[in-house]
Amino acid sequence: MSGPNTDYDPVEVTPLKPEEVEASRDAALAAIAAATDLAELKQVRIDHTGDRSPLALANREIGALPPQARKEAGQRIGQARGAVNQALGRRQAVLEAEHEERMLVEETVDVTLPTDRIPTGARHPLTTGAELIADIFVAMGWEVAEGPVIEAEWLNFDALNLGPDHPARTMQDTFWTEPPENHLVLRTHTSPVQARTMLSRTPPIYVVCPGRVFRTDEYDATHSPVFHQVEGLAIDEGITMANLKGTLDHFAAAMFGEGISTRFRPSYFPFTEPSAEVDLVCFVCRGAGVLDGATCRTCRGEGWIEWGGCGVVNPRVLTACGIDSERYTGFAFGMGIDRTLMFRHGIEDLRELFEGDIRFTTAFGTEL
Amino acid sequence: MKAPVSWIREYVDLPDGVTTEDLAARLTALGLKLEAIEKPGDQITGPLVVGRVLTMQPEPQKNGKTINWCTVDVGDANGTGEPQGIVCGAHNFAPGDHVVVILPGGILPGNFEISARKTYGHLSAGMICSARELGLGEDHDGIIVLPEGAGAPGDSAFAVLGLDDEVIEFEINPDRAYALSLRGVAREAALAYDAPYRDPADRPVPEPNADGHPVQIDDPAGCPVFVARTVRGFDPAATSPDWMVRRLTQAGMRPISLAVDVTNYVMLEIGRPIHGYDADKIAGPIRVRRAADGERLTTLDGVDRPLSTEDLVVTDDSGIIGLGGVMGGETTEMSSTTTSVLVEAAHWDATSMFRTGKRHKLTSEAGKRNERGVDPVVTQAAADRVVELLTTYGGGTADAGVTVVGTPPVATAIAMPDDLPARVSGIDISRETARQHLLAVGCELADDGYLPPPWRPDLTDPYDLVEEVVRVVGYDQVPSVLPREAAGRGLTREQRLRRRVGRLLAGAGCVEVISFPFIGDAALDALGLPADDVLRSTVKLANPLSSEDPSYTTTLLPGLLKAAARNLGRGATGVSLFETGTVAFPVDRGPAPIYGVDWRPSDDELAKLFEALPEQPLHLAVVLAGERERAGWWGAGREAGWSDAIGIVRRLGTELGVDVEVVSASRAPWHPGRCARVLVDGTELGHAGELHPKVCQEFGLPPRSAAVELDLDLLMRRARDVTPGPEFSTYPLAKEDVALVVDVAVTTAAVEAALREGAGELLESIRLFDLFTGDQVGDGRKSLAFALRFRAPDRTLTEEETTAARDAAVALAAERTGAVQRS
Repeated sequence: MSGPNTDYDPVEVTPLKPEEVEASRDAALAAIAAATDLAELKQVRIDHTGDRSPLALANREIGALPPQARKEAGQRIGQARGAVNQALGRRQAVLEAEHEERMLVEETVDVTLPTDRIPTGARHPLTTGAELIADIFVAMGWEVAEGPVIEAEWLNFDALNLGPDHPARTMQDTFWTEPPENHLVLRTHTSPVQARTMLSRTPPIYVVCPGRVFRTDEYDATHSPVFHQVEGLAIDEGITMANLKGTLDHFAAAMFGEGISTRFRPSYFPFTEPSAEVDLVCFVCRGAGVLDGATCRTCRGEGWIEWGGCGVVNPRVLTACGIDSERYTGFAFGMGIDRTLMFRHGIEDLRELFEGDIRFTTAFGTEL
Repeated sequence: MKAPVSWIREYVDLPDGVTTEDLAARLTALGLKLEAIEKPGDQITGPLVVGRVLTMQPEPQKNGKTINWCTVDVGDANGTGEPQGIVCGAHNFAPGDHVVVILPGGILPGNFEISARKTYGHLSAGMICSARELGLGEDHDGIIVLPEGAGAPGDSAFAVLGLDDEVIEFEINPDRAYALSLRGVAREAALAYDAPYRDPADRPVPEPNADGHPVQIDDPAGCPVFVARTVRGFDPAATSPDWMVRRLTQAGMRPISLAVDVTNYVMLEIGRPIHGYDADKIAGPIRVRRAADGERLTTLDGVDRPLSTEDLVVTDDSGIIGLGGVMGGETTEMSSTTTSVLVEAAHWDATSMFRTGKRHKLTSEAGKRNERGVDPVVTQAAADRVVELLTTYGGGTADAGVTVVGTPPVATAIAMPDDLPARVSGIDISRETARQHLLAVGCELADDGYLPPPWRPDLTDPYDLVEEVVRVVGYDQVPSVLPREAAGRGLTREQRLRRRVGRLLAGAGCVEVISFPFIGDAALDALGLPADDVLRSTVKLANPLSSEDPSYTTTLLPGLLKAAARNLGRGATGVSLFETGTVAFPVDRGPAPIYGVDWRPSDDELAKLFEALPEQPLHLAVVLAGERERAGWWGAGREAGWSDAIGIVRRLGTELGVDVEVVSASRAPWHPGRCARVLVDGTELGHAGELHPKVCQEFGLPPRSAAVELDLDLLMRRARDVTPGPEFSTYPLAKEDVALVVDVAVTTAAVEAALREGAGELLESIRLFDLFTGDQVGDGRKSLAFALRFRAPDRTLTEEETTAARDAAVALAAERTGAVQRS
């Protein structure tokens, strides 16, 4: 409230004089423009628009004017207050933006600080490698079959046309469980899984069998008593060696890149007839044997990499597993996953796969 | 099998220009896999020539040595035709001898360049070579003196020394035993090039008669044919001719004496192992029979062997004189005084040979051939060839007596449908082509099919013939055709879950390890397992690689603990490892049956077979040791502990939708107060928690290392299959926190369960958010603070409802666990 009006003049009240109102307005606008931050502006707002600000006080004097003068004075005060409020709003927006910008700048951090609070985990390349292979075949409509690692002798050998006196039984030096008369072995290949599949299903059969296998090899850079294989088996009407070749070529291209194919060489496996060794076009030198003028290290200049064995399923195996060998033919193939990974990734020493050094495994991350 | 190319060429007329590489590649394509090509002369660059020593002048030197100043006729090889002056340190030659000379400009193995140089006061223009200097062996006693007529001065010495004769080493598959001879390799070479072939076994042999050494075969199945020939008046001092020594050496056999070398040579040539006896040491007629129980024989290698009734033996009046087809006996062994040789060429049953070799752990070149199957028809030819070589190089005469007992087994014809090769290979192979190729490999046409040649006992089935046809057509002719699309159902649920578990653990910072699944007492002891622990009952291996780990493992922990220690030892500050792998527990359900293979065993029979296998569950194990969270600018790090292990188990449960229950337990190798038993629906899955301090110490791990081992098969079997869509309310949440004081022995799970039950249906969730002990709560007591969250499906809860639910929860907790609410 203003004090008693000592300057009573019904026609002219000093605070309402146009020059007084303009001066108050200009003072307010100047203060607003001079405010450099939100706090100052807040004070300006109180000083120039608050209850005790000159314009507010002047506004109160309007009632003292005679009715005919009130309208003009009211308009004058209203315009002045409007201009001040608008300026305040604009200034507020500017200062807020400036404040926000400054704050973001002040909150800057060093984004190059390390963030490795929880160490990185990784799956083993043998696991992810086997999954990659499985996925390639699953995409062709095959299924993944598995079986036990401690296996009946009959399934590991006899059913696969490896009779008790078959020389191949000494080729694959076998771990037997005690006592050997129990006829149990650590499987020497994943082929018993094929036998189990044939024994439990009727064709068409298209399965891959990845898994761990055992041979009594001394442990060195290229041999291990424990290693991993993937085998494939297709049994259907009209299956030929050409289908075997087609499948392996597809597998090779999916695993090693377009244009990488296979070749067959005659070989011997009791469970297949005809049998073949499978070589892979070297995916590094692409079969040239030479890379940048030097002998290719991956294939040692051969242009080919020995990959595995394969063949047409011996009808004797089909018979032992209850499949009509007159009606159906099949093919089978097998290769070492460990070895495949070794040449795919240039791993020099097989033992690195089994040492459990986290630096080895984490290097593969989640690849594959 | 090492085959000198010159020897192959003796039996086959290869086309002009065929290189050793060509030949090896063609033979590889036919199934004789190239291992290596040896080129003995490829380290030598000429001029390497034959020289005739004209003069040699011994000149003693100050250093005590005597050198020979020689002049050597090297023909025109030196460009002048003048004698070459050469200083030579060896003394094993004389003027007139033919020697091997390398002239200046030549290079010897080891990149040793030869130049004319001044030495011992002469200009020595070249070198007279020893075998070692040429890379032909270790013999450095003197220089090579060439035999009479081995070339004229100036001739290249490469051919004379066989340095230009390359040797191909093949890997021979067990079905191609015939290729363990030059006869067989050359036959394949002839097949590869469609070239004329001369069979070294095709030779006239004398008619059998009754005058030879008497032989009786008691077991014609084990020994169908026995040929005996005798050479008398043989000179035991006679040496093997150079060509034979060279060929044996090239083929990887050590020359021993003429008699032994001849038998080995004929075995390489024809493929038929031969045994030579000192005929003067044989008493009475020879008999072939199976050994009797308790009989023994000291074989040529000096080993006294107990014999099995399955072993085939050769006997005379003195008893057993040889293990038939495998190894001769000591008593009739040929020696340096042997002048009469009885030559045995017998055909033995391959299976019997295999068993005897395996039983006595005897491997020999003869055994390798006999057990894979030798041509039964060439016994007489082989014996005759041995007689010929012995008498030619060792003097003496062959007895007129020729013993031939028995008849070679005859193969049966194989009927092969005409379209089978095409049907199996996917190559368009006509009946004519198939027939032509089968005849080319030696089959004969019979009324009822193809009669395989006698050197191919491996050919028994129609599919065997298909392989023959296809390999001659060429495996490279097989087209590449994908089979029809299979109608697979994708990965099984278990396969998908396994991947998920692996990804979860990797996501939790664990690194996967694959270790060998073998275990022994040392590792089981280190785990602190009591003597009767179930993990000590293992499936034992009959032939473990290491006696320290003789069993298939029952736990994955030792492998992981060792790997963890290895990583820490290599400088890691913390390590989190996991492994999924099969473990095995023995079952005592008798041996696994061996069934026939001529038909499928019945389902019952198969069930019996499956039953005999040990239990082989898939386990999951985790080991956490050292730093689990790293220290950094964010603050301190954190060592792994029991809660990390149990946390991983709980995360697995959540991920697979399995309600895992954790109860405290005491089980080695865990800390007895910090071990959780993990259950699902009351079934034990395994354990998790902190390892026993002693176990950490045993494995060299930091204290408080933690571990998990679970039966992953069981966990996956419990995994939720089809998740019902969740229903949740969008009405406002009501929060109530309660702090309860209980005895320290009361488990959080018990209090939580009581609160949950007491709170009733309105409770949406409950979570412990604080735990403390101390003076405020009193000795032996602890305070558990829970956040309870209430929500109704159909309305906003009133304060009264929420309070009532909370009070009911606290009341039940008080009743069940003695909890007192802190105010």
